[in-house]
Amino acid sequence: MMRPGTEAELAEAVAAAAGPLRILGGGTRPVGRPVEGEALSVAGLSGVVLYEPGALTLVVRAGTPLEEVERVLAGEGQRLAFEPMDHRVLLGGSGVPTIGGVVAGNVSGPRRVQAGACRDALIGVRFVDGRGAVIRNGGRVMKNVTGYDLVKLMAGSRGTLGVLSEVAFKLLPVPESVATVTLHEADGARAFEAMTRAMKSPFEVSGAAWLPGKGEVHLRLEGFAGSVAYRAGRLRALLAGPGEVTVETGAEANARLWRAIRDVEALAGHAFVWRVSMAPGAMRAGLRADLDRTARFDRVVDWAGGLCWIGMTEAQAADYAPRFGAADAVAGAIRFHRDLQAEMADPELGGGHATLVKGPEALRAAVPVFQPEPAPLAALARGLRAQFDPRGILNPGLMG
Amino acid sequence: MDMPVPNAAVIAKKEHVVARLAEVLPEGAVIHDPAETRAYECDALAAYRCPPMAAVLPGSTAEVAAVLRICHEEGVPVVPRGSGTSLAGGAMPTADSVILGVARLNRVLEVDYDNRVIRVEAGRTNLSVTGAVEADGFFYAPDPSSQLACAIAGNIAMNSGGAHCLKYGVTTNNLLGVTLVTMDGTVVEIGGAYMDAGGYDWLGVICGSEGQLGVVTEATLRILPKPEGARPVLMGFDSSEVAGACVADIIKAGVLPVAIEFMDRPCIRATEAFAGAGYPDCEALLIVEVEGSPAEIDEQLGLIKQIARRHDPVELRESGSEAESAAIWKGRKSAFGAMGQLGDYMCLDGTIPVSALPHVLRRIGEMSAEFGLGVANVFHAGDGNMHPLILFDANTPGDLERCEAFGAAILKLCVEVGGCLTGEHGVGIEKRDLMGVQFDPVDLEAQMRVKDVFDPGWLLNPAKVFPLEASAGRRAG
Repeated sequence: MMRPGTEAELAEAVAAAAGPLRILGGGTRPVGRPVEGEALSVAGLSGVVLYEPGALTLVVRAGTPLEEVERVLAGEGQRLAFEPMDHRVLLGGSGVPTIGGVVAGNVSGPRRVQAGACRDALIGVRFVDGRGAVIRNGGRVMKNVTGYDLVKLMAGSRGTLGVLSEVAFKLLPVPESVATVTLHEADGARAFEAMTRAMKSPFEVSGAAWLPGKGEVHLRLEGFAGSVAYRAGRLRALLAGPGEVTVETGAEANARLWRAIRDVEALAGHAFVWRVSMAPGAMRAGLRADLDRTARFDRVVDWAGGLCWIGMTEAQAADYAPRFGAADAVAGAIRFHRDLQAEMADPELGGGHATLVKGPEALRAAVPVFQPEPAPLAALARGLRAQFDPRGILNPGLMG
Repeated sequence: MDMPVPNAAVIAKKEHVVARLAEVLPEGAVIHDPAETRAYECDALAAYRCPPMAAVLPGSTAEVAAVLRICHEEGVPVVPRGSGTSLAGGAMPTADSVILGVARLNRVLEVDYDNRVIRVEAGRTNLSVTGAVEADGFFYAPDPSSQLACAIAGNIAMNSGGAHCLKYGVTTNNLLGVTLVTMDGTVVEIGGAYMDAGGYDWLGVICGSEGQLGVVTEATLRILPKPEGARPVLMGFDSSEVAGACVADIIKAGVLPVAIEFMDRPCIRATEAFAGAGYPDCEALLIVEVEGSPAEIDEQLGLIKQIARRHDPVELRESGSEAESAAIWKGRKSAFGAMGQLGDYMCLDGTIPVSALPHVLRRIGEMSAEFGLGVANVFHAGDGNMHPLILFDANTPGDLERCEAFGAAILKLCVEVGGCLTGEHGVGIEKRDLMGVQFDPVDLEAQMRVKDVFDPGWLLNPAKVFPLEASAGRRAG
């Protein structure tokens, strides 16, 4: 494995590469089609470059462990507002997640609904393109429209357009207080109704999730103590109806609960996991009745209904297989994956996308892991890759 | 301001191009009489003018696609135009170009409160987006000061901000989907009422691309429930350093004001003379506004006042009513008008790290003496987006050039301290030739490669954003 220690060495390594490269941070997010290539780790590029708490800005090298970033920020009572998940819980693995990996995957947690995604907090990048050139975009200020925004383009491009060497963020203060208002015994209709009501209220809900397995809808409020208490009371009244409503104000309990939602702990034991992004209204309508009826799976619903994690155990996938003449669990998962992505592509459902997040390599190699894009966008994506990585050496094939 | 030499071969076939455009557009939607094309000779950067060869006003995505297909086939440059409020010359035409105005595309297509989105045609004005949902308690957050006139298409092209973006973000943070027509007439649907992209972040790169990658005809925008209320506090300080330190302390304390506005003494005096808002005569003035229920507002303003007192304010005035809020905002909102009373002015738009505020203000003051031109500062202090207003006299020979040189020096200073050339107005032609101050050639090359993908012939708004010599080889092709 190549492990450059500086940006210049990284650029040299890319420029000198004779064949495909498999770009790694901590290697804890093996999402996407498996890549054949020499491993290139960015973990050697580590450390905080600049931290200005008074300006809410942080510049950090891409290989810096996420834990270190979070520790440094916590020291000043600040944080990354987008609450990136730790994929190790869902995918297993023992590496050290890096901040570059978070950006490469645009990894955003429950607070996405209020504070935006990783790409919204990202204000600057430095990266090495496929030619080995070091490119800068954005900067260290929050408001910047100077030239094209390649910052957002890099977020979520999973190392296929360039290798991140440095990233800059807009931060937010850690609020004084947090509370979660929970609606119990909520079925789908009640759950979506509750989340929608909460999000249409002016109470600045910073997390809205439904755990169907437990029948619980969780709505998070953050801010100054008096304000949180006030809003919790108002929200509680808003949810009055069938099903008990409780309020949790303990800091520890709240941290545990939202970490579990963020990391999709409920599906950690499932062999196959998909991530579906749709309009909440479309999600509420449910998957096509035939898919809902024929498939057995478990779910975690976040982003007020806009994000659905679907998990299948081996047994559930195997159960799906025989209906279509398939032999085993992987074959069942492949079939389910195709059916799921076909639904997303149906414009009548309002659009969206499904990604296979967890599954054995054989499965990930057999299907388009990411939702295939419509032809004009797919052509633009090929064009971009040809411009930024003309030799096709950066994580080739990972995104399809 | 240099612009490329117009392509004589294109101008020579004007009649042919106009005839082809008339075939795909309704009557009256193709403007080609030189007396009428003058209406499109400039945008709000009115110092630079050039009538286009023709202007078209399509009324649907299909018509936009037809126009672009024809111009693509004929090799005619196209300059997209929203409402023409760009302060950077983003919609300024060249003599061989066709202006593609989206003003007729102004319908609301869908309001969806359950998903908190609105879908509009892109020519719709910013304020009328909020207008379509406010009766139901919602609003569209980005609020550039031209919001009465400016179009969503232009907001997307420039990634517009506004006074409230400290809390709500700028256009790119509130845009969920677009219908985009590329130069060859291909209609591309991107995103929708859902919160993230499947593949690359196309919306991210289209937003702020200044109409160079495609023409946005429809947009899905995030709408938010209106807060229960909002109230400002005004504070005055003896020095801008202290005001800057106070801003940093407020931010660090965990308050997230919806706006932190800053005015310096020249600006305060001008607005007092103009609007008589009752501002204290001091070196620096802050207006900090927070949102929430009355009790929440009290809690936040209490904390803000406590922080302010540590910095010995010469004035600390909390609004207790709608009328008092309006009085506090009165001067700030009339600042640009007040400066206009003093003469011609040029409005800059650089962003700096908040920590560099005192240094930058001091340097601007020194440079004002060096260039012999007055300057006033009014800006969004929470995010470091400055709007120095340089006063000059357009009728005095040499004044405009001196003003431009002063402006360029301020923007270079912004970059020097770690900031950028433009925070919300865009590059256009105004800052095009300063791009080399902020970016190395390789950085600009990477950006131009994105345009190569969307518009390989460089026909869409080609003479903007990038220094002319940097884009010369591409534009010639």
